[in-house]
Amino acid sequence: MKRILMKGNEALAEAAIRAGCRAYFGYPITPQNEVPEYMARHMPRAGGVFVQAESEIAAINMVHGASGAGVRAMASTSGPGFSLMTEGLSYMIGSRLPGVVVNVMRGGPGLGNIAPSQGDYFQVTRGLGHGDTHGIVLAPSTVQEIVDLMPVAFELSERYRLPVVIAADGILGQMMEPVTLPEPIAPPPPPDWATTGAVGSPRVISSIYLAPEDLERHVLSLMRTYQEIREREQRWEAYRADDAEVLVVAYGTAARVVRSAVDRVRAQGLAAGLIRPITLWPFPTTAFERSPRRWLVVELSAGQMVEDVRLALSGRAPVGFHGRVGGVVPSPAEVAEAIRSAVVGEVVRA
Amino acid sequence: MIKDMVEVTSRPRSLVDVPLHYCPGCTHGTIHRLVAEAIDSLGIRERTIGVASVGCSVFIYNYLDVDFQQAPHGRAPAVATGIKRVLPDRVVFTYQGDGDLASIGTAEILHAAARGERITVIFVNNAIYGMTGGQMAPTTLSGMKTTTSPYGRDVRQAGGALRVVELLAGIDGVAYAAREAVTSPARIHRARRAVEAAFRAQIEDRGLGIVELLSTCPVNWKLPPVEAVAWCEANMIPAFPLGVLKDTTRSGD
Repeated sequence: MKRILMKGNEALAEAAIRAGCRAYFGYPITPQNEVPEYMARHMPRAGGVFVQAESEIAAINMVHGASGAGVRAMASTSGPGFSLMTEGLSYMIGSRLPGVVVNVMRGGPGLGNIAPSQGDYFQVTRGLGHGDTHGIVLAPSTVQEIVDLMPVAFELSERYRLPVVIAADGILGQMMEPVTLPEPIAPPPPPDWATTGAVGSPRVISSIYLAPEDLERHVLSLMRTYQEIREREQRWEAYRADDAEVLVVAYGTAARVVRSAVDRVRAQGLAAGLIRPITLWPFPTTAFERSPRRWLVVELSAGQMVEDVRLALSGRAPVGFHGRVGGVVPSPAEVAEAIRSAVVGEVVRA
Repeated sequence: MIKDMVEVTSRPRSLVDVPLHYCPGCTHGTIHRLVAEAIDSLGIRERTIGVASVGCSVFIYNYLDVDFQQAPHGRAPAVATGIKRVLPDRVVFTYQGDGDLASIGTAEILHAAARGERITVIFVNNAIYGMTGGQMAPTTLSGMKTTTSPYGRDVRQAGGALRVVELLAGIDGVAYAAREAVTSPARIHRARRAVEAAFRAQIEDRGLGIVELLSTCPVNWKLPPVEAVAWCEANMIPAFPLGVLKDTTRSGD
């Protein structure tokens, strides 16, 4: 297979087109600008639609419209824009619409900065707008994995009729890595529920259920879908985990640093391993059934995923945390030291 | 049966035969019928997709026999853009109230117009928020009392009534912009022509078509239906002049 060097954001866009995406809507925001730029050049050649929206609010609602019309549709953004999209995401969830949104995370809160971050973890896993909302969240850690997860994102989104979020970060978006691109697939035909014109009886895509009993039934149905997703769609990667005395949990860019740190401490005789969640929601709780003596969570955020790790472990083992924020990425040496400290800390407290 | 009878009127094919939920004297029913008549006369029912917006008329999808998507508050033109771009041979329209289009959705309508989206916008202006119980709207008249302008709309504090079609008519992407009222049979007849013209602007690939229809809200205006119609005639029409503001078929471009 031919391998080519591509920037994460561009690989993401190309992979989406190859996955049958035929509608992209976006608004400029760093560090994901290469996505709309690539889409503007290439989507029309693929017979698809590119619209630069007036805001992320409009962009997600254009995804609503296109997806509701039966076309694979997506948007991409970064934190501040993702906040604006959460209104539309809630409506899409309420209306059971598929669609893919990429969040190339940057430093927050507020305008923050444009450096890599994982600070939107709570927002993507807990906060897809108002109401009882969830969507599958995929977290790639290499450019190749971005490419590989793109068709998965569309398929999962359509299978469960919920939006799927791809949570990347500024490093993954900006870095170049060799990738193997899949063969393009033809876009699937519009599903039966799509509003393409009422040749038979009319179809309605709506999130309104005025009667409390009706809305409860609707939300309970959503919750059954959430439960099915929790049972069937957990994804993670384990690295040198089988005999590990200390397991480090990290995703995305942070997991790459941890991987190097694990190799370092292993070389010095400390049996460390890595659990790398690929689905942030559903959180891969199955990966936490085996408990080593000590856990450490490493994030490019101020302690968000660590809450899910503690929930998954339910107090079975102590969980340490090491996070850098503001766009600072720790070195493997720094993380190796954090792993050693975590183990020592346990000894001290024992 | 009496022989040789000619049918002069009937329920439009695109209007579903169910009771409307609207308050007595509300003009949404009349406007729904005008939209259904336009869809029938243009023969586009099976390729029309409506976008319902937040407000009393969100349940329009129960009354028109076409496919519908329900948009978040103010976002109908963005949802319509998404539909129309991926299905360019279909006919897409939004049905929006004044709070939806002229307040929370100003960015969406303005930029759909700027892009010249081939969509039709039915804009119902009754100068008040109906569904939420009579709050001040962007189109509330100067001095008009509402639940959030209890002493009358103070222009110094809250600004004056926003005339949206005048604003949109100045945008290149708009092919047809008109304002009519539905307060008398003669006006309804003019409104019917305007609604159809706003659909034609889309079908003929000329640009966005918008019709603003001055409407009543007897309950929140606290007026009986007949007086509400008279109040609209006496107060709204002077503040919101009627007529076709732009029609690209007339200017020759």
